[in-house]
Amino acid sequence: MTQVLINLGYLVAAVFFIVGLKGLTHPRTAVRGNALGACGMLLAVVITLTHHGIVGFEVILAGLVVGAAIGVVLAVKIEMTSMPELVALFNGFGGIASVLVAGAALLEHTLHGGAPSAQITVATAASGLIGAVTFWGSLVAFGKLKGLLNEKAMLFTGQQVLNAALLVLALACGAGVVMTSIDSVTVIGHAFPVGEILHTNSANIFLYGLLVLAASLLGVLLVMPVGGADMPVVVALLNSYSGIAAAATGFVLSNNVLIITGSLVGASGLILTQIMCKAMNRSLTNVLFGVLAPSGDSATADEVYAGRVKAASPEEVALLFDAARRVVIVPGYGLAVSQAQHSLANLASLLEERGTEVEYAVHPVAGRMPGHMNVLLAEADVPYESLKDMDEINPYIDQADVALIIGANDVVNPLARTDPSSPIAGMPIIDVDKAKTVVIIKRSLSPGFAGIPNPLFAADNALMLFGDGKKMVLGILAALKNV
Amino acid sequence: MDLELLMAGITIFVLAIFVGFEIITKIPPTLHTPLMSGSNAISGITLVGALLSAGAQQTPVTTTLGLLAVIFATINVVGGFLVTNRMLEMFKQKSPS
Repeated sequence: MTQVLINLGYLVAAVFFIVGLKGLTHPRTAVRGNALGACGMLLAVVITLTHHGIVGFEVILAGLVVGAAIGVVLAVKIEMTSMPELVALFNGFGGIASVLVAGAALLEHTLHGGAPSAQITVATAASGLIGAVTFWGSLVAFGKLKGLLNEKAMLFTGQQVLNAALLVLALACGAGVVMTSIDSVTVIGHAFPVGEILHTNSANIFLYGLLVLAASLLGVLLVMPVGGADMPVVVALLNSYSGIAAAATGFVLSNNVLIITGSLVGASGLILTQIMCKAMNRSLTNVLFGVLAPSGDSATADEVYAGRVKAASPEEVALLFDAARRVVIVPGYGLAVSQAQHSLANLASLLEERGTEVEYAVHPVAGRMPGHMNVLLAEADVPYESLKDMDEINPYIDQADVALIIGANDVVNPLARTDPSSPIAGMPIIDVDKAKTVVIIKRSLSPGFAGIPNPLFAADNALMLFGDGKKMVLGILAALKNV
Repeated sequence: MDLELLMAGITIFVLAIFVGFEIITKIPPTLHTPLMSGSNAISGITLVGALLSAGAQQTPVTTTLGLLAVIFATINVVGGFLVTNRMLEMFKQKSPS
């Protein structure tokens, strides 16, 4: 097929991607949107296969079959609670693919004698740098989410100096790749034969390898200091990187569909990153460097809790629910950990059958990735309409008779509103303390990610239900049936 | 000529970023996870480049790099679209049509 037709096909594929993403704006059109995206991808692949540069199909076929098989198994087997890990892993794969493609393109150009243009070499360097950071950063994120690596922020002295040094090394290698690949540089009318001086056969390949190595180490070190509850930001950011890496690869190959798609994904990841940061009232740099605002002289756990925490039994909570007309449920990461989403949904439908109005209040950073809680609740057949954003529910949360908090802590800590010296000061929270009664299901009084006590647990209108999330929900459910 | 090509590329890059911003800001928080896995799947478009490297069969090294890239990108694409579909089906069932 001629290049013009191929490019036209790519354009159609890009349109499919854009329209497909647009479909994701509503649950009703989302499935179709996703399918459109997949069609666009299929079209792009089929068109590429007609390219005259492709002489053999065995290797391609082998790669497609192996990749598709692994992809299908991963996608079908994954538990909804483990979705953040999978998305992190897929991000990484996109990144490494960009590194490999850019490397192969550089090698081809070099072997064919012709000096690759500056556009190609600059883009190759960018692709290698961003792609390698994405791959290794995603693997670390995957390890942390899966519990293979310590989920806490891992910091050591000199870490940021080392990061900076690695970045400089990677950039220097990138500049080296560009310089060793060109024949001459023209400065103020004089042509300098840089190529002759620097071009020692495959110096640029060696430098590219070094660049990828430095960027890989940088990727690991960048994600290591990020703690568990900050993961939504990192997963979103890596998502953005994988897009930018693809766009850079597009510049290497002068391929518009890669550029368009890569920038779409880059923009999407950036927006999500921004939303997540805002929802935690933290700057991106704070998150990336594992910095939590220093806590002032805030009260210790003993001062806050001493003698004021009231523990309840599932039976008592069931009685509360029996009398309640409006219930708001606030899920957090603990819901995913104890896999309580189905029991929780059963409890909610029982309440609804008894005439109680049930709504879910979802904080933007609840869980380990953007929208994590929504996916879990959707899995448990919770209607889309009962899922409320924080901003939506806060104005009328004081009308709730019972607020049930399961596995959330910092996102409902009233200190964010009241104590300007707290590390979470200014973070938007769900104002559950304004509900008539607050029931908190939690294993113990241990602090959340921010490491501070939560005065909500000691509030006059709060009841603690100590135990595993799922067991406690089942306990309430059983008791409520007997009321 | 090269420079023109580059400028065209940069133009597309910048405009596509704006399109991305416009679309993505309209996506409700509930759908953020499917958005991430879905956009992730389409960022597997690198597959196109991988196919060219693997299929050109210039040298054993470039072919191997291409093959690895095809495998990784295909996992990303196939796995990404499938898992997104799985999630979205769960959302769809519960919405009144």
